[in-house]
Amino acid sequence: MSTRVDTPIPVRPRRSLAQRMSPPAPGPRESPLARAGALIVMGVFTLYFLVPIWWLLVAATKNRAQFTGTNPLWFADFNLFENIAALLNYRDGVYLKWLLNSALYAGGGALIATVIAGMCGYALAKYRFPGRELLFNVVLGGVLVPATALALPLFLIFSQVSLTNTFWAVFLPSLVSPFGVYLARIYAAASVPDELIEAARLDGAGEVRTFFTVSMKLMFPALITVFLFQFVAIWNNFFLPLIMLRDEALFPVTLGLYAWNSQVNQIPEIRAYVLIGALLSIIPLIIIFLLLQRFWRNGLGAGSVK
Amino acid sequence: MQMKKRAVAVALLTAASVALTGCATTTSTGGSAAAGDCKPSTGKVNLDFTTWIPGIEDVVAVWNKENPDIQVKVQTGPNGNGGTYQNFFNQLKAGNAPDLGQIEYDALPNFRVQDGLTNLAACDGVLDAKKDFVDWTWGQVNFGEEDAVYAIPQDAGPMAMFYRSDLFKANNIEVPTTWAEFATAAVEVRKTGAYITNFSQSDINQFAGFVWQAGGSWFQNDGTDWTVDLAGDTSVKVADYWQDLIDRDLVSTNPPWTDEWNNAYNTGAAWTWNSAAWGANSIASGAPTTAGKWSVALSPQWEEGDNAAGNWGGSSTAVFKGSKHPYEASKFALWLNTSDEALTMLNKAANLYPAAKSGLELPALKEGVPFYGDQAIYDVFAEASAQVSPDFVWGPTMTQVYNDASDGFKAAVSGNGTLTEALNATQKSTIAALTAQAIPVKK
Repeated sequence: MSTRVDTPIPVRPRRSLAQRMSPPAPGPRESPLARAGALIVMGVFTLYFLVPIWWLLVAATKNRAQFTGTNPLWFADFNLFENIAALLNYRDGVYLKWLLNSALYAGGGALIATVIAGMCGYALAKYRFPGRELLFNVVLGGVLVPATALALPLFLIFSQVSLTNTFWAVFLPSLVSPFGVYLARIYAAASVPDELIEAARLDGAGEVRTFFTVSMKLMFPALITVFLFQFVAIWNNFFLPLIMLRDEALFPVTLGLYAWNSQVNQIPEIRAYVLIGALLSIIPLIIIFLLLQRFWRNGLGAGSVK
Repeated sequence: MQMKKRAVAVALLTAASVALTGCATTTSTGGSAAAGDCKPSTGKVNLDFTTWIPGIEDVVAVWNKENPDIQVKVQTGPNGNGGTYQNFFNQLKAGNAPDLGQIEYDALPNFRVQDGLTNLAACDGVLDAKKDFVDWTWGQVNFGEEDAVYAIPQDAGPMAMFYRSDLFKANNIEVPTTWAEFATAAVEVRKTGAYITNFSQSDINQFAGFVWQAGGSWFQNDGTDWTVDLAGDTSVKVADYWQDLIDRDLVSTNPPWTDEWNNAYNTGAAWTWNSAAWGANSIASGAPTTAGKWSVALSPQWEEGDNAAGNWGGSSTAVFKGSKHPYEASKFALWLNTSDEALTMLNKAANLYPAAKSGLELPALKEGVPFYGDQAIYDVFAEASAQVSPDFVWGPTMTQVYNDASDGFKAAVSGNGTLTEALNATQKSTIAALTAQAIPVKK
């Protein structure tokens, strides 16, 4: 029995099975120490990311007196539903309006951006035309320009056509996704066989029909990835709406909460609404991630091994 | 199609940034101060008004109902320094600024220097309105020029001292009436384990209020040139006073507006707060378990028998350059900031403390406040408001001043340098900032 102490104890059953099947295990072997270290690092980071959310959740359940007076990381009386009701009633439910706006900007914007990026990337991958590489490089350059840097020029341009402070001021700039074009091109090149397109052409399908009925289905994982990225980017985009919008009824939820938060010094009651609003505003993101994450993993992995 | 758009956008970005750099150098001080024409427009007029006061829509709705020919539309956003001022400047550049905007007193010189404000002096009734406002607030909007009015004062933040009357009484400590007594009391309070107050490292506005009370002024403008005096004798006197309290561990240094800060007041770990009229609600909300135990007194004085108060905050309603209807806009701004109806609603919705003299007599501001043991606290603030000096002048780059001073103050409270050194450094960086914007500075 004492000799068994020296043998490394396999932690994951799947690996132990693999080891038994093929004795000299290929690939690097992890020492338990390294594994424990990795787990600790991951544990610390998980805590680091989850504690603020936990704090937010706890804070959202408290009434105002308990908010400053009780342990910030544990529950006092459970007032979550009263708080939510108060938030939804505050100023005729303007918060719901903001959520809806965010959903429109992010959902609609990401959907159209995905279609455009998909078509564009597909065209760059599958058609040969002069200037193709130049165009692609310009798009790649676009990936490098932060959206924040474009906000002010966009404001001046939209001012010229009197479109500031409208739905379109935030929606139109959300329709472009240079990263999406890049990803779609790489993915289309790898996953849509030329022979298939050729076959579709021989069967008499037009280019547009081929794209929508054949190629798009093959590119689906990549498109989901583009959609998710773009959805999150628009949902979290704060600077563009800040610069473009003045009408409260057009605000996305990020800008609305920020505006409220900036008034906390003068109107301390708003603080509770900011907290609960922040909590509610992350729920749609969580839902969309849970629904789409399996596609996402496929999409990111694709093309990494040729 | 998409790439074309992107390329166009990039090209425009380059072009726009060139244009913007160009704009930055064309700022001027003084400029054309002469009041232009201010005639009524014919027909129905629509005005845009950007403000971040929550609930102001209801006040404007009252105006719109009574004035079918002058319809005002409210636009909103975060508070001034949170982005709305930058938006105003962007809009002024793009030529689509609103007719009216909310601007705090400390930001008005910036808009004045950038030539973003309409001089309303020629508009009917505006110059006459001077007598309706507490004197010093008018000084904040005319910059000392006789025939100029760049905004209508809206609210004010005269400062007084909130204090825990129960704790002072229970521990037999006299409520201080001078800053010297305040320092002595601080020692007594410290013996109980608490702090007499919290020094707010990042509320430079509050510190400015202390300097204001002591008779100092951070800026002067003689019509063309600016004088920067952030580290003058008065400022240094105030800075040394607080530095001494910090060094002797007689004041706490929690960052303001945080949970620790609220908690210090909520648990009786801090006993006083020298703050503005609008702060009454901040304590009530941040320290709910102490209800009924607070009182308000006039601020401690530098010399026995003085009657001086500082001011912290307050904003005005300005009419932007480019508004086609300054006459109607000024009518609305005067109504908003002088009529009892509007002032009562603004006070109720957003705790605004009026700048208009008549506003100080509002029934709502005469009542006892339960949180303060039914003391009629606004009588104290009305008295303080009358004691605020009209001579304090803000500079054109206050955001930069606040940032730099607050960096220095934060370092000072953690033992890195002193408040005075921070003021000296800010003096230098402010002169540099003005020079960089081609604003003439007297050295």
